[in-house]
Amino acid sequence: MAKILLEMKNITKTFPGVKALDNVNLQVEEGEIHALVGENGAGKSTLMNVLSGVYPFGSYEGDIIYNGDICKFHHIKESEEKGIVIIHQELALIPYMSIGENMFLGNERGKKASINWDETYGEAEKYMRQVGLTESSRTLIKDIGVGKQQLVEIAKALAKNAKLLILDEPTSSLNETDSKALLDLLLKFKKEGMTCIIISHKLNEVSYVADKITVIRDGSTIETLVKGVDEFTEDRIIKGMVGREIADRFPKRHNVKIGDVNMEVKNWTVYHPVYSERKVVDNVSIKVHKGEVVGISGLMGAGRTELAKSVFGKSFGSNISGTLLLNGTEVHLKNARDAIHHKLAYVTEDRKGDGLILSNSIKTNTTLANLDGVSDRMVIDKDKEYAVAVEYKEKLNTKCPTVEQNVGNLSGGNQQKVLLAKWMFADPDILILDEPTRGIDVGAKYEIYCIINDLVAAGKSVIMISSELPEVLGMSDRIYVMNEGRIAGELTQAEATQEKIMACILRSSKGE
Amino acid sequence: MNSAKIRDFITKYTMIIVLVLVTLFFTWGTQGKILFPQNITNLISQNAYVFVLATGMLLCILTGGNIDLSVGSVVCFVGAVGGVLMENMGVPVFFAVILMLLLGAVIGAWQAFWIAFFRIPPFITTLSGMLVFRGLSNVVLGGKTLPIKSETFTVLFGGGANCYVPDFLGGGEGLNRVAMAAGIIACLIYIFVTVRGHMNRKKKGYETGNVAAMYIKMIVICAVIMFLTVKLAQHKGIPTSLVWVMIVVLIYGYITSKTTIGRYFYAVGGNEKATKLSGINTDMVYFIAYTNMGLLSALAGMLTIARLTSAQPTYGQNYEMDAIGSCFIGGASAYGGIGTVPGVIVGALLMGIINQGMSIMGTDQNMQKVVKGLVLLAAVIFDVVSKKKSS
Repeated sequence: MAKILLEMKNITKTFPGVKALDNVNLQVEEGEIHALVGENGAGKSTLMNVLSGVYPFGSYEGDIIYNGDICKFHHIKESEEKGIVIIHQELALIPYMSIGENMFLGNERGKKASINWDETYGEAEKYMRQVGLTESSRTLIKDIGVGKQQLVEIAKALAKNAKLLILDEPTSSLNETDSKALLDLLLKFKKEGMTCIIISHKLNEVSYVADKITVIRDGSTIETLVKGVDEFTEDRIIKGMVGREIADRFPKRHNVKIGDVNMEVKNWTVYHPVYSERKVVDNVSIKVHKGEVVGISGLMGAGRTELAKSVFGKSFGSNISGTLLLNGTEVHLKNARDAIHHKLAYVTEDRKGDGLILSNSIKTNTTLANLDGVSDRMVIDKDKEYAVAVEYKEKLNTKCPTVEQNVGNLSGGNQQKVLLAKWMFADPDILILDEPTRGIDVGAKYEIYCIINDLVAAGKSVIMISSELPEVLGMSDRIYVMNEGRIAGELTQAEATQEKIMACILRSSKGE
Repeated sequence: MNSAKIRDFITKYTMIIVLVLVTLFFTWGTQGKILFPQNITNLISQNAYVFVLATGMLLCILTGGNIDLSVGSVVCFVGAVGGVLMENMGVPVFFAVILMLLLGAVIGAWQAFWIAFFRIPPFITTLSGMLVFRGLSNVVLGGKTLPIKSETFTVLFGGGANCYVPDFLGGGEGLNRVAMAAGIIACLIYIFVTVRGHMNRKKKGYETGNVAAMYIKMIVICAVIMFLTVKLAQHKGIPTSLVWVMIVVLIYGYITSKTTIGRYFYAVGGNEKATKLSGINTDMVYFIAYTNMGLLSALAGMLTIARLTSAQPTYGQNYEMDAIGSCFIGGASAYGGIGTVPGVIVGALLMGIINQGMSIMGTDQNMQKVVKGLVLLAAVIFDVVSKKKSS
């Protein structure tokens, strides 16, 4: 048996009013990839913050034993000196600095008063080769894709002499190809003796890459599964995470009648708003029926969001051409307001950036897209507004003390529900849901699926854009596959499989 | 009350508590002189322009911490043009007032146009305005002081010796009856509105807040109104400038808290992209904020030239800073999206009381600036730290 590199013993961490971690134990062997899984708010990130010294020694109970010594980290710097490096979910790179500058930020080469740039860029390239980046280290971060940015983060960690690498949701913003490449890189590092802790929601990736899986639920460790000993399937992991078996990850729809076409997009072409010669949506035609869930699948950057936003009152892109028919009549939507009046809704993929006002209450966010619905000649009826917010809170089962609570303090799943509430209150006939379950846990996902089913049962249409193939397959009546701005295929629920969708994408990439 | 509730209370009413403490301090420091009827009257009429400008500035700050640096110069320019219209060209007061308000709105719209539709940073656009309108004021007045002789105008906008609402109820000696009546009516209206809102909520089955807290708040507010009323009545009655301030505060307080357009200001400051995708014309929100700032600058300009009974090319200097300071002391967020009209008024009052208290105590002018600067910083630090702890 290999030596235990890290042991966290009986870690308890309390925040005012909440016990975030309760007697957590974690053992990591040298040279293994250890996955931490659990629902949002289960305490995974808190545990890693305790380990890396974000929460200093003394603010928690229990011991951290690393390499045989009890560690008392007061600061991130101290844990990094020992080779424990954490890569956070949100990339911490500065867009207008070069790769090299970013890599040694806070860890500069040369003297304090005079940075040695040759050494900086030279060393940067050395580490970049290790992670398979062939760019020049003088390239600006903003000029490389998210996938490569994630690799830069890893190279940055290597530059700090990492022995124990902690990755918090490393693939959450990557597409399937980039994710695969990243996971393979981790496997390569493992062969070279690196130890990794990976936090992820994507269970297929976890079972692919991990040697051991520790499940955390409500701040306590539930179990540790070992590859080769325990069953390593997604269903088995989910059972540990939610404490019960979810018999069906996708709720069934009963007796939803699919009616006539109520939205049709014909020959829709959109150019990039900044690089106006670049086509982001290329001659796309789609149809949506009443009571139907239409899935749009495809890789990141396939033009799905761009299509949705440009249809929603030209909220994206320039030089938009094509026809949009709603219930058989052609409409020209000038802006988002127009689109809302024509009973369209676009629920963004970026709920924090484009969707919610985090510093405002649930109540204000719920009514924002339809203030006319709670006001009389521009005067808001605050009591009615409150009642509406409470009604939707109960309908969608949003977990919050009151609707006066700031949205910024809610978990991802609950924020998503507030966002849905906002658009449901706008009373649309057609809802475009862009990645409706991104970054939220299994339980909340199930609830969102139920909401989608309720919507179509009420005669509305849903267009669901999703990068998660199982979700698209499980929820859609019909699936469009998009690739490089074009429709690469259309599949019915009966014929669609993961392989067929991937095949559509590959075929279209080859230009057939 | 447990400790959490006390902390909540302190966080919510921080600036009001500070205002009370500062007032108590100066009452002690000036042996009660600061509460003399005449001083309270002065406090209001001297700071009338700050209340008006701060209210307008709040809307700009709400859109995302954007400020308007040009207000001091616009105040001066509108005053200068108004002075020339009334004194040199003989335009009747009524038309002159309309023209001045129009001029303010047009100046505001000019800056708002570039800010809203071309997204020129407000800081730059209004810095330009600050220089342009200061320069134009000098041109209009030829660098000289222009005395304002029109009695109607000065009395109407709170200047000269007799700028009070006339006591038509015929008091003569002692308390000014109109002032007393106005104070009592204000209290009654306030009580009526609060109680009716409460009843309505109950009737429609909506959740109602703590009833005891509601009554305590009502009693405190009425007591403050009556205290000020008595003080004003003991002097010469209601200054006309207070009437203008009340009109502005009530209208904008209502707009920001009760109307959809008010809500848009907060939404744009909170998350502009989300607001736009919710079907709200965010460009228009910026346009309204800055056009309105011009309009209120015009009103402040009238209050200024009336009070000083002249127009001068140097008037209005640093007025923008008074307005901005009041907003931040009054709890507006430097990032936008947070702030209320009552908060801003408390902020302006706090600055006013510190000013006046130190003047009565005979503190050196320069030291007054030092104290004001430190108070501004302290207020914001206190606000930020207490909010951080509570979250």
